[in-house]
Amino acid sequence: MDTALLVEKSILILILFALSLGIAAYQTYFERKVAAWMQDRIGPNNAGPFGLLQPLADGGKLFFKEDFVPANADKFLFMIAPGIAMTVSLLTSVVIPWGPDIVAFGRTISLQVTDINIGILFIMGITSIGVYGIMIGGWASNNKYSLYSAIRASSQMISYELAMGLSVITVVLMGGSLSLREIVEAQHGFNWNIWYQPVGFIVFFVCSVAECNRAPFDMAECESELITGYHTEYGAMKMGFFLFAEYVNLFIASTVISCLYLGGYNFPGMDYFEGNLLSVISILVLFTKIVLVIFTFMWIRWTLPRFRYDQLMGLGWKKLIPIALINMVITAVVIAFTRGWFN
Amino acid sequence: MLIYFNFASQFLGKDMSSTVDYIPVIIQAAVAVGFSLATVFLVPKLGPKLHSRKKDMNFECGLEPEGNARFPISIRYFVVAILFVLFDVEVIFFYPYAVNFNALQLNGLFAVLIFVGFFLTGFIYILKKGALEWDK
Repeated sequence: MDTALLVEKSILILILFALSLGIAAYQTYFERKVAAWMQDRIGPNNAGPFGLLQPLADGGKLFFKEDFVPANADKFLFMIAPGIAMTVSLLTSVVIPWGPDIVAFGRTISLQVTDINIGILFIMGITSIGVYGIMIGGWASNNKYSLYSAIRASSQMISYELAMGLSVITVVLMGGSLSLREIVEAQHGFNWNIWYQPVGFIVFFVCSVAECNRAPFDMAECESELITGYHTEYGAMKMGFFLFAEYVNLFIASTVISCLYLGGYNFPGMDYFEGNLLSVISILVLFTKIVLVIFTFMWIRWTLPRFRYDQLMGLGWKKLIPIALINMVITAVVIAFTRGWFN
Repeated sequence: MLIYFNFASQFLGKDMSSTVDYIPVIIQAAVAVGFSLATVFLVPKLGPKLHSRKKDMNFECGLEPEGNARFPISIRYFVVAILFVLFDVEVIFFYPYAVNFNALQLNGLFAVLIFVGFFLTGFIYILKKGALEWDK
């Protein structure tokens, strides 16, 4: 890898890093506005025009608050748990293709930081480490409610990972590759996976909601039973990190849904454009899709009531896993038919 | 980590990914770890520090905390964790097959249908055993 390429990749990584944090910050604003609209309120409107500076005000406050560690908590684990949650959520943007190549400064710049051939497996592997942040945080607090919440959350996350893994297999079967770039390229134009895999899409979407610990599956933050869940004892920037990590995860989950099922940066009529114009439009299209998926997540959160814990586990194990498995078998057999292997 | 990923990619990809592809991953990891650790350890220095006995106690709905939180929890969670490990390994076995779906043709399809049979047998067994019943 030569120096120019290394510099290019480093700049792209820093842009993505700033973008993830910026989008996560404005998701908190967006969520509060969406909640307000749905409940016929106004929402944050004091800081700046339309309350647009609210995330900055919140961030500034979190930075200068007193950082509190309970006397009987495990100090070191208590400190690093939010760090683990944050690190893990920032890692996955590295394999996502954000658009077609751009030609600038006499170089062809790829808008994907790295195209490793295990792309989707890398994302699933890294996101599953996120359980450690929650589990360590909940245990180290030495608070019964935090512990229960952490155990519920990790149990839920590992359960839904199975159905999620099974539903991704159908996409891999159709594209024949684990690389996100190839999966997206295979959905050229309007040939999106959602038209072929509606069931897989629904299973993957439900699992993403559960993996992000969002309502109606927010067992980890069941206020009525568990105070606020695994971050009950946290304050200041550490609590901010847990919440931030959740929003970065939501952003990444929306991006992965867009890439796997909604065609990524492809859009109908993309063959009429070319060069840098195509790249710019493609990036805008991808981000439009991401915002719409994020809005759907929020819409669901403010519409549906919370599940009971046994209902949640029953849905994950007894319904989604069999559905995803049958969907996989049917997909494989249908593809075999269409390719004429049975003749 | 690098060696591990390369090892994995040998089995999963049709073309072997070179080590160079993982250098950006390491840069990203360094940026993320650096940012997280710096914030977690340095930002607490900015705020005030005031302690009192009551304040340092754990929060339990405003009542005096009873005992501490190092106690055994329901065995159900451990059952779920163990079942997860079993089934996740089985799910991972589908990935190399899915990547090589075209190359393996009909033989591969039949082999995987048999494997799905094993998967379902185990799955139905745990359902019948009631391993996933929560309110009994």
